[in-house]
Amino acid sequence: MNRNQKIVFQIVLVLILFGLGAIFVNNLIINLIRTGIGFKFNWLIKPASFSLAEPPLPYSPSDSYAWALLMGWINSLKVIFSSLLLATFIGTLIGFLRVGKNSIFSMISAAYITVIRQTPLLIQLMCWYFVGFLSIKNNLFFNIRNIFNISNKGIEILGLHLSSEFSALLFGLSVFSSAFIAEVIRGGIKSVPIGQWEAYRSLGISEKQGFVKIIIPQALPAFVPGLTSQYLNLAKNSTLAIAVGYSDIYAINDTIINQTGRAVECFIILLFSFLILNLLITKIMGIINKSIMRSRI
Amino acid sequence: MVNRFFSGIVAFGLLLTGCASNQKENISRLSLIQKRDELICGVSGKIPGFSFIERDGNYKGLDVDICKAFAAAIIGDSEKIQFRPLTAAERFLAIKTGDIDLLSRNTTFTLSRDSIGGNGLTFAPVVFHDGQGLMVKKESGIDSIQGLANKSICVGSGTTTEQNINDTFESLSIPYIPIKYQDLNQVVAGYLQGRCQAMTSDLSQLAAARSGFKNAKAHIILDDVLSKEPLAPASDGSEQKLADAMRWTIFALISAEEKGITQSNIDDKVQIAKNNPQLKSLRRFLGIDGSLGEKIGLRNDFVVNVIKTTGNYGEIYNRNLGTNSDVPIPRGLNEIYSKGGLHISPPFN
Repeated sequence: MNRNQKIVFQIVLVLILFGLGAIFVNNLIINLIRTGIGFKFNWLIKPASFSLAEPPLPYSPSDSYAWALLMGWINSLKVIFSSLLLATFIGTLIGFLRVGKNSIFSMISAAYITVIRQTPLLIQLMCWYFVGFLSIKNNLFFNIRNIFNISNKGIEILGLHLSSEFSALLFGLSVFSSAFIAEVIRGGIKSVPIGQWEAYRSLGISEKQGFVKIIIPQALPAFVPGLTSQYLNLAKNSTLAIAVGYSDIYAINDTIINQTGRAVECFIILLFSFLILNLLITKIMGIINKSIMRSRI
Repeated sequence: MVNRFFSGIVAFGLLLTGCASNQKENISRLSLIQKRDELICGVSGKIPGFSFIERDGNYKGLDVDICKAFAAAIIGDSEKIQFRPLTAAERFLAIKTGDIDLLSRNTTFTLSRDSIGGNGLTFAPVVFHDGQGLMVKKESGIDSIQGLANKSICVGSGTTTEQNINDTFESLSIPYIPIKYQDLNQVVAGYLQGRCQAMTSDLSQLAAARSGFKNAKAHIILDDVLSKEPLAPASDGSEQKLADAMRWTIFALISAEEKGITQSNIDDKVQIAKNNPQLKSLRRFLGIDGSLGEKIGLRNDFVVNVIKTTGNYGEIYNRNLGTNSDVPIPRGLNEIYSKGGLHISPPFN
């Protein structure tokens, strides 16, 4: 292809994309008008008139839909960030055990990763909730001097009460994501050339020191992209909260759609919320990545 | 970041347009159904007695029979139906986007749903008069709403149920904790596992759920009825012709019961009407005289087709919810008016 042909090809491509875009937008507008759905957001300030099980801030049914959505959004962030931390902790632990020298631990973690990765998240969540927390019945399952106890009402730590819905979602999401994170960690460590291991051993550096000071710093850059994508998945998976009765933003949207009939607007709010959240996560991980790269040089 | 945000918005816009379906305009839904030779009917698919998938893969229930009656009236063949199971949140958008022709899915008839300023639907006459109730475990000793103060109540999200329970408890100033699930099955599971002290839903659904419990007698339905829940089929508010056809199909079912016309005697009745020119009202009803069917875009003898397929309203009720069915619910308000119920048909004139 000579230069002129290339230019013509690019122009044609741009025209086709532009034309397709125009058809889509036109189709959208025509359909919104035809169905009489249209865009309206004035319902946001009307009273929600439904109550919530665990509002993070003071909330009553006479508060507005917008406030109810914010409650859902905070609930979502609560569960996303706490599972993010817990999943990273469990995932790193399992990942290290998987590449470690102890073959029993290695086998156990391999089995953990296999089982968790091959079963659907929705079923795991239902299992945590209905089979796990709710089947404890009324007697306490676990109780240490009233500082930490687990019952079918949830988990109680030092006066902090986590409902069984929140706990089931927290553990379900964390365990599910941890299996994927463990694989990211394993892949990162394996990406360090075998020569590096041989090198520190030949210098007489202890295994522990060598692993922490030589191997991990080299593996870190390989962790970040994989972790980012797992964190994004975790945030999106949190919308399965509705299956276990946790009032996250999706569950509250579901109620609002039914009361107001404004499905298109609600889904736009939902999609934008997640778009912004995930772009933020990507951005933060990008900053972490940069600082890692800088510290290496 | 800005670039990504921008491209995200563009991609999202494309996604949205993908959701929009491209329908032919200027053709009424009724003719579209007749042309397509198939009725697309939105149902729940999860409520025994109303719409439920049987072992053989067929849908069965009162809502399903109503769909069959519509198909018999509009197309003339009750087999030409495509059932679409829908969740509570999906159902209204499915009508507005034209994915389904009509909804026959235990939907409560309310002002907001019936109006242009609300969901923009039009409701057909009520096919089942229900009310919302509360079910508790007998051993809990709770016997009234007051006993539920500060207790957890399992409720399905995105339904009028959720709003009613809130209205009731708020007006009585009784605090409670709602545990919301998306699906009735989860509400039942949450209640049986002891997450909530009570579950709330329409009385018919409570009865249907209880019939499946291991120990049905250990659960009681409280006497308090929180709301009236008239359940009715619905269609798009801008489709007058389809709404007319649906309205008069249901009235035909009720009218047939009033007149004592059943699936088994319909052929005799047609014969009697043909032989007796003085039976004016019966002849009009069965389409032998006049052009009542034509006025609503149907065949003049659509009533005959409907009754042959599903029987009259009482027969449909008894088949799905009668004493010998899997989900027996006393007829109560759902009797015809002459027997003390609420069902009545305007005259076929």
